[in-house]
Amino acid sequence: MASPPQTPQTPTDNPAATRSRASITARTLRTDRWWVPPLLTTLGLAAFVIYATVRSFMRTGYYDAEQHYLTPFYSPCLSDSCVAGSAHFGTPIGELPGFIPLAFLSLPFLLGFRLTCYYYRKAYYRSIWFSPPACAVAEPHAKYTGETRLPLIVQNAHRYFFYAAFVIALINTYDAILAFGGENGVGFGLGNVVLLVNVVLLWAYTLSCHSCRHVTGGRMKHFSKNPVRYWIWTQVSRLNVRHMQFAWITLATLALTDLYVWLVSTDVITDLRFIN
Amino acid sequence: MGYQAKLRVWRGDDGSGDLQDFTVEANEGEVVLDLIHRLQATQVPDLAVRWNCKAGKCGSCSAEVNGRPRLLCMTRMSIFSEDETITVTPMRTFPVIRDLVTDVSYNYTKAREIPSFTPPEDLKPGEYRMQQVDVQRSQEFRKCIECFLCQDTCHVIRDHEENKTAFAGPRYLMRIAELEMHPLDVADRRNEAQTDHGLGYCNITKCCTEVCPENIHITDNALIPMKERVADRRYDPIVWLGNKLFRRNGG
Repeated sequence: MASPPQTPQTPTDNPAATRSRASITARTLRTDRWWVPPLLTTLGLAAFVIYATVRSFMRTGYYDAEQHYLTPFYSPCLSDSCVAGSAHFGTPIGELPGFIPLAFLSLPFLLGFRLTCYYYRKAYYRSIWFSPPACAVAEPHAKYTGETRLPLIVQNAHRYFFYAAFVIALINTYDAILAFGGENGVGFGLGNVVLLVNVVLLWAYTLSCHSCRHVTGGRMKHFSKNPVRYWIWTQVSRLNVRHMQFAWITLATLALTDLYVWLVSTDVITDLRFIN
Repeated sequence: MGYQAKLRVWRGDDGSGDLQDFTVEANEGEVVLDLIHRLQATQVPDLAVRWNCKAGKCGSCSAEVNGRPRLLCMTRMSIFSEDETITVTPMRTFPVIRDLVTDVSYNYTKAREIPSFTPPEDLKPGEYRMQQVDVQRSQEFRKCIECFLCQDTCHVIRDHEENKTAFAGPRYLMRIAELEMHPLDVADRRNEAQTDHGLGYCNITKCCTEVCPENIHITDNALIPMKERVADRRYDPIVWLGNKLFRRNGG
């Protein structure tokens, strides 16, 4: 579509072209502790990345054979390197060298889902790239092109990572259901609660995604012609308001779920059983 | 109980200027604009400040208070401690005319660059019919009072003057989203949002949403949905293939 015709402006026509900004040299005049949120964000993200990286390569303590608890960091386990029972979908892949995580099929997509997530983008653009570090605080970069070119233009692929994350959430759900049947038959313990809560929150994070909001109904112009999709969109929108909270909560629950399975499977603690 | 508030106000024009200290009486229930007016009435009669409604509805008294973009008339004195020095400066993103008054014509230039509402050709004025459910998303954006605080805080132009030609700013990207979501607008604005109005510059750091005095969810409800629509149009091969196979007009 063509823009309406514009009258070319000379500097004389347009005083703004010749005027300059107020001469204020301070980077910011904010007096509050604006640096606290980016600092906490960096610490929170760093803690999770370090923990998740270490655990993904450890290859121990990821499956409790007695209660059939499988940590989400190793799901799906599809290779001959997986311990007996942990491969819920068989072992179509042979032995994997130690530098490849056993969940190599899911981890890159989960990482991509979070890296391209609209909330995490805000979080790391602010806290790690300082672009900007906080509102009305000058960024340190001389040039800024945003997400207009490579590599950041790839952020537009978020929806594909959402589709992958959706499938992985289904797999995690399946893992959590299988955990109700341990070595001694059907049972229910604290580990089941942990796995279940983790899966519910993963669904909340995945379904509250902005891309999910778009593909379920946001892309439509006429909600009235698609009442079912409109209803889904309203439900996703209600979740979407809390996307940031779900983003942080699921980082915590993922780590805690993994830690619980690690501790139970290595007999550091005993799983609290309610039934069988 | 009144007290003597410490005010530091930027005074000058586009040639030069600096922060000047004043002590101004403050009374219970007042806002920063009240003190600026008292300062003007009692000490510096030539202090320039733009204001109009004193009710947060006209968007005239936009400035920065302690470094944060705010409406002067909606910034209560009660949020500051009595011994705190309150710094009031003009909006940093726009050229200053004098004291607290800035030249916001950049915004009007950007407004003119956006193609206007485009109803179907066969639909005459008076024949517009639409469901409330279809138009309510756009209505949120109509709450905008054009205070330009979102434009002021957006680092894309605040920290990079050179981006002003390529970037329309959150207020006008929201305007594009408003029209794109409008049930009776038939123009496809997705490509131009990216190429002509600089949507790709937005890195969704949500400062526009944080400063909006009308509490419009600019980022979540306008900019991100617009980015997703642009992704449909420009970056999604499956949508592209679907459009080709089913002969859809750009989705």
